[in-house]
Amino acid sequence: MVKNMSKTKEIPVPDQIKGFTQVRLDVNLTDGKFSKSKLSNEFCRDWIGGYGFGAKVLWDECPAGVDPLSPENIFVYAHGPFPGTILPTSSKYGVFAKSPLTGQFGMAISSGSVGAQARRAGINMIVIKGKAPEPVYMVIDDDDHYLVPCKDTLWGKGCWETEELLREEFQDQRLGVLSIGPGGERGSFMGCITNDRNRQAGRTGMGAVMGSKNLKAICFRGTKGISVAHPVEFFKLAKKLIKVANGPATAKYRDLGTPAGITSYNKLGMMPTFNHREGTWDKVDDGTFTGDILNQDWVVKKVACSQCSIGCDHITKIPKDHPNWPNLYSSIDQELCYSFGSACGNSDWPTVFKCVSLTDDLGIDAISGGVTAAMAMECFEEGIITKEDLGYELPFGSTVNLVRFTEEMILGKGFAGKVFGDGTREAGKRLEEMGRKSASYYGMHIKGLEMPAFDLHGMNSFAVGMSVSIRGACHLRNGSYGLDAKGNFDRFGYDKPFERGEAIKKLEDIYAIIDSYIVCKFTRGIYENDAEMAKVFELVTGIPVTETFIQDRGEAIVNLSKCFNIREGWTRNDDKPPERFFKQPHTKGPAKGVVLKEDGYQKLLSGYYEARGWDTKTGIPTDETLKNLGLDFTIGKLTTKGGKK
Amino acid sequence: MSQTTKKRGGVVHQFIIVDPNLCTGCETCESVCSFVHDGEFNPINTRIHRVRIEPILNVALACQKCDDAPCVRSCPEKALEQDKLTGSIIVDDDKCNGCAFCIRACDFGVLNLHIQTQKALICDLCETMKDDYINEERGEKYPACIDVCPKEAISLKDVEQIGEEKRIDAVKRLFGDILKETEA
Repeated sequence: MVKNMSKTKEIPVPDQIKGFTQVRLDVNLTDGKFSKSKLSNEFCRDWIGGYGFGAKVLWDECPAGVDPLSPENIFVYAHGPFPGTILPTSSKYGVFAKSPLTGQFGMAISSGSVGAQARRAGINMIVIKGKAPEPVYMVIDDDDHYLVPCKDTLWGKGCWETEELLREEFQDQRLGVLSIGPGGERGSFMGCITNDRNRQAGRTGMGAVMGSKNLKAICFRGTKGISVAHPVEFFKLAKKLIKVANGPATAKYRDLGTPAGITSYNKLGMMPTFNHREGTWDKVDDGTFTGDILNQDWVVKKVACSQCSIGCDHITKIPKDHPNWPNLYSSIDQELCYSFGSACGNSDWPTVFKCVSLTDDLGIDAISGGVTAAMAMECFEEGIITKEDLGYELPFGSTVNLVRFTEEMILGKGFAGKVFGDGTREAGKRLEEMGRKSASYYGMHIKGLEMPAFDLHGMNSFAVGMSVSIRGACHLRNGSYGLDAKGNFDRFGYDKPFERGEAIKKLEDIYAIIDSYIVCKFTRGIYENDAEMAKVFELVTGIPVTETFIQDRGEAIVNLSKCFNIREGWTRNDDKPPERFFKQPHTKGPAKGVVLKEDGYQKLLSGYYEARGWDTKTGIPTDETLKNLGLDFTIGKLTTKGGKK
Repeated sequence: MSQTTKKRGGVVHQFIIVDPNLCTGCETCESVCSFVHDGEFNPINTRIHRVRIEPILNVALACQKCDDAPCVRSCPEKALEQDKLTGSIIVDDDKCNGCAFCIRACDFGVLNLHIQTQKALICDLCETMKDDYINEERGEKYPACIDVCPKEAISLKDVEQIGEEKRIDAVKRLFGDILKETEA
């Protein structure tokens, strides 16, 4: 069943490669020492960039079983060969560490100007270890690399002010700044990293890892030009891709933006409402809470990241006569319309905008934050938490109280902060320790990471696709919702487990390449095929990779990060949606009365493992699979060291 | 590239205009500007300059081709010269010593110094772009930023066109009722 992989050695590496700067910077925050080394041509070929680099370094260098918020955890910044070129959406970077939220492989990707500035500064990867004795920020100013103490200047400040202050300090409005807010500083497991005001490396608590290392921010700027291996051909192909990226393939991201999905998901019964109790909402049906209304009444501008031809960032403004939050600008997408909107039963747009601006600025993930608030709201309605606990009421649909809750949750203040300040899984545990039975049932997470804007009732392929995601509940590791939504498979059925598994695997492997290149998933439709994706890599780097090669490397990267999870204690039961999806059906809509069947789900899950060449019982990659993927170095090292929460 | 005209005695000052309503601030124009001139992407060597003022203002600026241009007048080395026909400012790299007086003189901040050569850079509507990067469909040199701008926010206009467009906008705004009647 496992096909014979094309060996990496079959792809010749030129003596000189382009695109990559091949500079790895190692920083030991404990003693403040910096050192530089060269990433070999083969390393760049085999691990492609962002996600691949992160997976390899975490496997090689992150001590097994490490406490994610201890100095021994490592924090990796990486980008691929494309930032700063005009390949659409290529100014992206990834951060990687063992996640405090999941206890497993942590990764988050962001865009804005940081990737391009870091590339021009000559950086390819930064590996950060240890813990600074006092709060510092790091400066990567071309070849000058140093730390600056910031206990009295930046520590405690929001991400937006931090960015402004640093840009003023450097007298440079183009300075690329990634920073954490008070959420990450206090080590909230949901702590995020914000850059360019509206862009976040949000998921899996990477901001908390920075906070645990006393690292407030990293600033980048560079003046090095970027040359590519085949400039004339690259220019031609890039221009074509820019055009296509403004065609039908990306129309939904540009026009209404992802919130266009509110209406279409609602029709499919997969727009999670009231903490996933329902998948449809009358506020969408009656036109109160739709992408159309959002755009018509609130969006004032669409903004792009560096070198992005789409420009998906929809900026909303609350008018100056609003009683609570006048003149507030926020950056809104589908996920946030779900997390602080439908999941919280909240159709008051300004409340959504205010909550999102709080999470972005004070520094926690806006998806995890909203889903944790939705859990609190359901717990409130179920009597598990009370007004006496919180100091205020918090039913679904709350507005000012939701904002109050959100602020306390981020800052770790009050009952809200103490119980809910580290996400849903911790909140469930803490409540149950307080004797509040069944609280965990209302935490909508997989592996500890809060669910994104997709309900799983009657989404059987995606129930598997989201559950097997390496970083926990996530729609961006394989995007297999399309398999159900577009009707490739019977969304309510349990047939074709292997075929479904293969379809998920195929998506997941190419998504791993997209995350390694790193480009935006919004541009996955602009390439004619995987061969064209491989071509663009060749034109920039000079390494003549093929379609099969990048698919295989995608597979290797997924497998390696899976190996990381196994070493940290992953078991089959971690690849499972929350209990609610097996017990409690929607009361209306297309998925009314439907729950996941345990045996059916397990059958589909085994089908995916089989398609991956993993043991169908345990879900652990077989030695043969690892060998075929060139991951021999993991064989015999998959014993659990623990550390999973 | 400029069309033959008898207007203003044959002098047509076309320059780069960017519509802030369409501009998303993506910097593609800057990257491409440096690339078609130098063969590498480096926005610090651009001749068109994106400005972003958070949270919503995005636009790019390039040479406005001022009459009796202050940059030309300010140059102690007489390295800058204005082409009478096109209005473009031409930099003589042999004379330019990188003193940056032109940058200080420009009211729009659209000049800078090349980070490697230290010579003044100013938009010449891609007259000095490399032949390799000429748009095949056009078959001639043409501002590359216009061709790649994903939002078609950049255009090449002369003062008459700009005035005309502004007037039409204003008239639509002021007398739109009459237009509506004709449509009905």
